[in-house]
Amino acid sequence: MSDDSMGDARPTPLLEMRGITKRFGAVTALDHVDLLLYPGEVLGIVGDNGAGKSTLMKVLSGLHSASDGELHFDGRRVELHSPKDAQDIGIEMVYQDLSLAGNLPIHENIYLGREPGKKRIGFTIVDHKLSRKMAMEHLDRLHITVKSVDQKVEELSGGQQQAVAIARSTAFDARVVIMDEPTASLAIKEVGKVLDLIKRLRENGTSVILISHRMDDVFFVCDRIMALFHGRNFEESAIRETSRNEVIGWIMGTKGHTEALAHDRL
Amino acid sequence: MTASDRPVEDGLDRAEDAPESRTARRMRMVDKYGVFAVVVLMMIVLTILAPDIFPTVQNLTNILRQIAMNALLALGLYIVIMTAGIDLSVGSIMALATMLLAMADTSGLIWPLALLVGPLIGIGCGLVNGFGVTVLRLPHPFIMTLGTLFTLRGVTNLVSNGRPVSGVSREVRFLGSGEIPVPFLGEFGSIPVSAVVLLVCYGGVGYFISKVSLGRHIVAVGGNPQAARVSGINVDRVLMITYALSGFFAGLAGLMLAGRTGAGFPNAGIGAELDAIAAVIIGGASFFGGRGTVYGVFAGVLVMGLLRNGLNLLDVSAFWQQTLIGMIVVGAVYVDVLRRKAGSNA
Ligand SMILES: Nc1ncnc2c1ncn2[C@@H]1O[C@H](COP(=O)(O)OP(=O)(O)OP(=O)(O)O)[C@@H](O)[C@H]1O
Ligand SMILES: [Mg+2]
Repeated sequence: MSDDSMGDARPTPLLEMRGITKRFGAVTALDHVDLLLYPGEVLGIVGDNGAGKSTLMKVLSGLHSASDGELHFDGRRVELHSPKDAQDIGIEMVYQDLSLAGNLPIHENIYLGREPGKKRIGFTIVDHKLSRKMAMEHLDRLHITVKSVDQKVEELSGGQQQAVAIARSTAFDARVVIMDEPTASLAIKEVGKVLDLIKRLRENGTSVILISHRMDDVFFVCDRIMALFHGRNFEESAIRETSRNEVIGWIMGTKGHTEALAHDRL
Repeated sequence: MTASDRPVEDGLDRAEDAPESRTARRMRMVDKYGVFAVVVLMMIVLTILAPDIFPTVQNLTNILRQIAMNALLALGLYIVIMTAGIDLSVGSIMALATMLLAMADTSGLIWPLALLVGPLIGIGCGLVNGFGVTVLRLPHPFIMTLGTLFTLRGVTNLVSNGRPVSGVSREVRFLGSGEIPVPFLGEFGSIPVSAVVLLVCYGGVGYFISKVSLGRHIVAVGGNPQAARVSGINVDRVLMITYALSGFFAGLAGLMLAGRTGAGFPNAGIGAELDAIAAVIIGGASFFGGRGTVYGVFAGVLVMGLLRNGLNLLDVSAFWQQTLIGMIVVGAVYVDVLRRKAGSNA
C-alpha cells in the first residue's frame, strides 16, 4: 500500500507512528496506536490517567522501545533504541517527572550528554565557561530568568525546574518537542509563560506535542487534538471543529452526549 | 545582557532570592571545609603531643608510605560511590592482582609486562562487577560486589594454594617501594615513589570527574540516573567504566602492595574495602551519590592515616584506632544528614 501522495490536501506529515503497541509484561499499555504530526503544528494529547499518553511519548522519545509498530520521520522509517537516537533526529521531550539531575547546576543540566568543548579520543573536555554562556543566552531567548546558571537544580522551585527542563528540550533546534503535562505543577502566571513559549516554538516551525489535563491549555495552544482511551486511539479532531465538552467526553470514553457531561457548566 | 543580571521578576522568572538561612550556610561551610579542618587539627594536636617524633620528615613521609594502598582503593571507591553504588570487592581484587603479578614476575615474565598484570587484572575484575550490575541487573551493586569479594578471594587462594609467593623483582617493586632522594629534606629526606603515583592518580581523577564529559556523566548518574538516561547518556556504559576504574585502582594498589612487601599474600587486604569506604565517607562524599570531591577523599584518607600514625606514636592500643574510626565515620555521615536537612529547609 502506497502511503504518500494520495492526493490529500494536507502537507506531508513530519512524523507518523503506526500501530504502536507496548506491553509491560501482562499489561498492554498501548494497543495499535496511530499518530500523525505535521510540521509546525501543536498537537494536544488527552486521555484519562493511565490512558497511555506518557507511554506513547516515551516510545517516541526513544526511552521505551515499542513491542510492535513502526515510526516514520521525515518520510523515512526510523528505529529509536535510545533517547540519543531520538535527539539525533531532532525529537526532544520534557518528561512528566522532569528528569533533571538535582546535584548538577542549571547549565550542566541543559547540556547534559551534549556538553560543549573540545573532542578528544571520544570524550569531550567540557568547556564550562562556554556552557554557562550558552545557557545564559538560551535562557534569555526563552525569557527565563534565574539567579545564576550555576545554581544547583535541586535548589530551584518547581516552576524554575520546569523552565530548566524546557530549556534543555529546546537547546538544540529540535524539530519535535514533546511536553508531558508541563503546566501541571505551575501557578497561573507560569502556565501562561509555558503556553507562550509553545506558541513561539510553533512560529519557529517546530512541532509540539502537548499532553495536558487542562482543557484551557489545550484549547489555547493546540491546532489539533487526539484522545487516547485505555491505550487505544479514541478520537481526534482539529481544535476548531470540537468543543471542550466533546473532548471531556472523549477522555471519559464517550462520543456524543456532550451536554450530559458538561460539568464545567455547573 | 545575561540571564543573571536581569531584574528579578515574578512567575516562571522568579529567582529564589530568600537569603540562605544561617544554619544552611554554616552546614555548607562544614560540608566543604570540615574534613580539612579535622586534618589540620589532628596535625596540630599530634605536633603538641609528640613534638619530637610526629613533625619529622621521616615520620611525615612514612605516613605517605602507609596510606598509599588505602588512598588508591578509596579513589576507586570514590568514583563508584559517586554513582550511588558500592564496590565491596576492592580488597579481594587487590589480593588477586598482587598474587597473579607476583606469580607472573617470579615465573620469568619480563618486568614491563609484569607491571601491567596488576592493573589489567583489576580492570578485568571491575568489568565482571559492571556486568553483574548492568547486564544481570542484580538489585544492588552490594550484591554483585559481595559475591566477587568472596569469589576473588577464593580464586586467589586457589591459584596460590593459599601460600605466599615471594621474590618480586626490583623493577616491579619500584612503584611501591622506590624512593626519590630529596637532598634538602635532610638525612632521611626522600619522597616515596608511591606518593608521586598518588598525586598523579588523584590529579587525574579530579580532572576526569570535573572536566571530562564521561566524568560529568558519572556525577549525573549519581544525581539522577533517569535524567542521565533521557539526556542520551548510556547509563550502563557509564557504570561499566565506573566499576572498571574501581578495579583498575584496586589492581594498582595491588602493584604497590607487591612493591612494599615483595610478595603476594593470599590474605592481603582482608577488610581493606571497609577502610576505603570509611575514608570516602569521612571525606564528605555522599552515599546517595553525586556528591564529593577527590580533595575530600584524600583528606579522608589522611584522617585515617594520621589517626593510625598518631595512636601508634602515642602508644595507644590498636583497639582504640578501630573505635575512633567508627565514631568518625558516624560523625561524618551525620554531617551529611544535617546538610541534607538544612538544604531541604532552605
Ligand atoms: N514502566 C512501566 N511498567 C509497567 N507498567 C507501566 C509502565 N509505565 C506505564 N505502565 C502502565 O501503562 C499504562 C499507561 O500509563 P501512562 O503513564 O502512559 O499513562 P498516562 O496516560 O500518561 O497517565 P497520567 O495522566 O496519569 O500521566 C498504565 O496502566 C501504567 O500502569
Ligand atoms: Mg503520564
